Amino acid sequence: MEATPAAIEATGAATPSVVRLPPAQAVIGGITLARWRQLAIIACVIVALVIPFVVKNFFIFQLTLALVYALAILGLNLLTGFNGQFSLGHSAFYAIGAYTAAIMMDHWDVAYYWTLPVAGVVCLISGFLFGLPALRLEGIYLALATFALAIAAPQILKFSPLEHWTGGVQGIVVIKPDAPFGLPLSSDQWIYFFTLAVAAVLYVCAVNLVNSRTGRAMKAIRDNAIAAGAMGVNVSLYKSLTFGVSALYTGIAGALGAVVAGFVAPDSFTFTLSIQLFVGLVVGGVGSIPGTLFGGLFALFAPNVAESVSKGLAGAVYGVILILVIYVMPSGAAGLVRLIVSKLARSAR
Amino acid sequence: MSATLLEAKGLCAYYGATQALFGLDLAVEAGGITTLLGANGAGKTTALRALSGMVRVAGEIRFDGRPIAGRPVEQIVRLGIAHVPQGRGTFVRQTVEENLQIGAMTRHDHTEIATDIDRVYGYFPRLRERRRQQAGTLSGGEQQMLAVGRAMMLRPRLMLLDEPSFGLAPLIVQELFDILRALNREANVSILLVEQNASLALDLADHAYLIETGRLVIKGPSRDIRDDETVRRSYLGY
Amino acid sequence: MNWELLLHQVLAGLATGGIYACIALAVVMIYQAIDHLNFAQGEMAMFSTFIAWQLMNWGCPYWVAFVLTIAISFVGGLAIERIVFKPIHDAPILSHIVVFIALFSILNSSAGWIWDYTIKDFPTPFGTRSLIGNGLISAHDGGMIGVTLVLLALLYLFFRHTRIGLAMRAAAANPESARLAGIRVGWMVALGWGMAAAIGAVAGMLIAPVVFLEPNMMIGILLYGFAAAVVGGLTSPGGAVIGGFAVGVIENVAGTFIPYFGRELKLTIALVLIVAVLLVKPSGLFGRSVVSRV
Repeated sequence: MEATPAAIEATGAATPSVVRLPPAQAVIGGITLARWRQLAIIACVIVALVIPFVVKNFFIFQLTLALVYALAILGLNLLTGFNGQFSLGHSAFYAIGAYTAAIMMDHWDVAYYWTLPVAGVVCLISGFLFGLPALRLEGIYLALATFALAIAAPQILKFSPLEHWTGGVQGIVVIKPDAPFGLPLSSDQWIYFFTLAVAAVLYVCAVNLVNSRTGRAMKAIRDNAIAAGAMGVNVSLYKSLTFGVSALYTGIAGALGAVVAGFVAPDSFTFTLSIQLFVGLVVGGVGSIPGTLFGGLFALFAPNVAESVSKGLAGAVYGVILILVIYVMPSGAAGLVRLIVSKLARSAR
Repeated sequence: MSATLLEAKGLCAYYGATQALFGLDLAVEAGGITTLLGANGAGKTTALRALSGMVRVAGEIRFDGRPIAGRPVEQIVRLGIAHVPQGRGTFVRQTVEENLQIGAMTRHDHTEIATDIDRVYGYFPRLRERRRQQAGTLSGGEQQMLAVGRAMMLRPRLMLLDEPSFGLAPLIVQELFDILRALNREANVSILLVEQNASLALDLADHAYLIETGRLVIKGPSRDIRDDETVRRSYLGY
Repeated sequence: MNWELLLHQVLAGLATGGIYACIALAVVMIYQAIDHLNFAQGEMAMFSTFIAWQLMNWGCPYWVAFVLTIAISFVGGLAIERIVFKPIHDAPILSHIVVFIALFSILNSSAGWIWDYTIKDFPTPFGTRSLIGNGLISAHDGGMIGVTLVLLALLYLFFRHTRIGLAMRAAAANPESARLAGIRVGWMVALGWGMAAAIGAVAGMLIAPVVFLEPNMMIGILLYGFAAAVVGGLTSPGGAVIGGFAVGVIENVAGTFIPYFGRELKLTIALVLIVAVLLVKPSGLFGRSVVSRV
């Protein structure tokens, strides 16, 4: 049967080139895969906890931002990787989260940590509402609708009647919080740990969500919406809900981003941000939760690396990096890891 | 004993890292009809896909004495092997006639192409009625006829047919198989037929192979296999 | 209602719509050939236009440069497919889109590096005198619309009435089955890229006199071009052209007549309208929907 014109809807997970991870009890070097996974997580946690004490403040700031991006990409991944819906509009949800936080802090002097749940709820609702009409659209058409959202967001933020709230083109400056309780941490270090803690909670939630009953319904819809519907999954509800949850993650990331960066302005949330998140998603691995961490690092650092190679041709260098990355790992970092692990597990057998 | 048109020796096939065929030996005689039988997942479709270059293979395949293993699909097709795939491969947005023209894309003899289209319509009059219709709107049986017609347009020497009876009403299947027999006699097209419907296939074919999990179990003239109680009971289930 | 103002805005909309129609046509072309949207399409057109500018700067007459640029772009498009995309044809679709983004970045950045970011004049072969409505549609606008329509007719003839056109459609619609018919699918895709690049070059050279030549000239236009193509229906070149004009008119009329929001949010309004169209007709106004079986 011929495919529908909606080619974009297919996610990496559905293509035959994706290698499946061997079962958790497979053995590499005398250690089971499940154990390897635990070791990897422990190593990551240790590195994450130690690193802010050994690098400069600016680098801490960048790492924090990478973490924020990773969280935003995680939101996008819940939608694309686990539910098969495509979005170029997540910069808008990021912006909504960021502005919610900034306006609360600027107008009502709300403490930064209280802004996160509010931003999350606001984005959950806006995502859910946007997801309702989006139900009728698939693939490229959904891409265009979300793309419209991405284009509209900065324009609306600049819109003069809203200037009292949004600060217009100038945006809003937010005061960076200092470490509480007299902890001996710099502001950057504190924000890093704060972000890390929030991210850790949200990642654990995401893993649980994906492995839950709801997560199975999400994935069933991704793989075959009609069959999922026939098995009694409420496709419309789950699709719009996933849109909401996805927006919630990205919105909380936006709120964190506002705190980290210390200001919000319409031109930080253009379509380019959506593209950055999308690239991070694919490079990390569509449908992989740990992959989003790599995606966040890539989204932040790849443009910087390109710029350090050549100022004038930074865009070209960035493009070449992207192409090389896709050549080496067509299914993202997660796909490469799966491939290596399955090779190692086989040779060990 | 007639000459061998297609011969495979020690044919193995792989999907990524998974092996699906394990050293199959297979031959199709020139002018003959051979059938490849087996249960679901035995590797029948894979065998056809291996022969026409659609999966990664190891081993030897000779067509008319020439080695063709590992060559790209387009080249193998151009040698005169037409593959009617499972699912029929209809170009749904194109018209019936355009579908037939697509089948003749490797040829450049324009007047003969027109004659051949007419010949296909001769075999399948219903396609002529629907020549201007989008192929996606045809019924399953008509699409199967179109697929065979498209393969005929290649003027093949060998036709690989993958479960042509799948999903069709018994009457239509009978009609289709009659046409296949006629094609084999009149146009001298050799046929390698993969079927689930073993009794039907054994009636049509002169030679049969039976495979199980990618390995050959039994081969021989169709008559012998049909008459062998044990084989019929244990493998063919009728 | 101010009818005269409305008429003016409609005419002005048709003039800008001609630009969108042109690029939408190129978008649909490549969509037909490779089955996805090419985000780098606008940058390819921009780069081609710079090549034309360079040729004219070296002393080529307009039409010589025009034809040479089309030829160079065709070969360039073919080369991009063979060099960049052929090695990853097995990769997931989303990875392909990342490579489009990479291509976008490379073309944009190198154009800026080679020809710098200053705005350049680009000549028009049609002249700039007024054609209709006191300068609302100039001779150049008319010429641009005319060329777009001619291009559309040529494409129609090519795809409907030539064997290679049929082979290209077959390869795009069902690559596996096309391969079994002996069609060299890889080359058909490459050919599609070449043609899309050539059409993009024509679009770029027609648009450049209006918007001026600089590396970012196509970014905004491509957005509208995509929108136009999707509204018209990605499977229909004619629909794309109509979609282009429609988007141009909507943009202008909405900008003038919707009070308060109009001027500042005209892009947003145009896009919202487009999405509204899609909600009512999910495969575009003129697109054919394909029923998918399970």
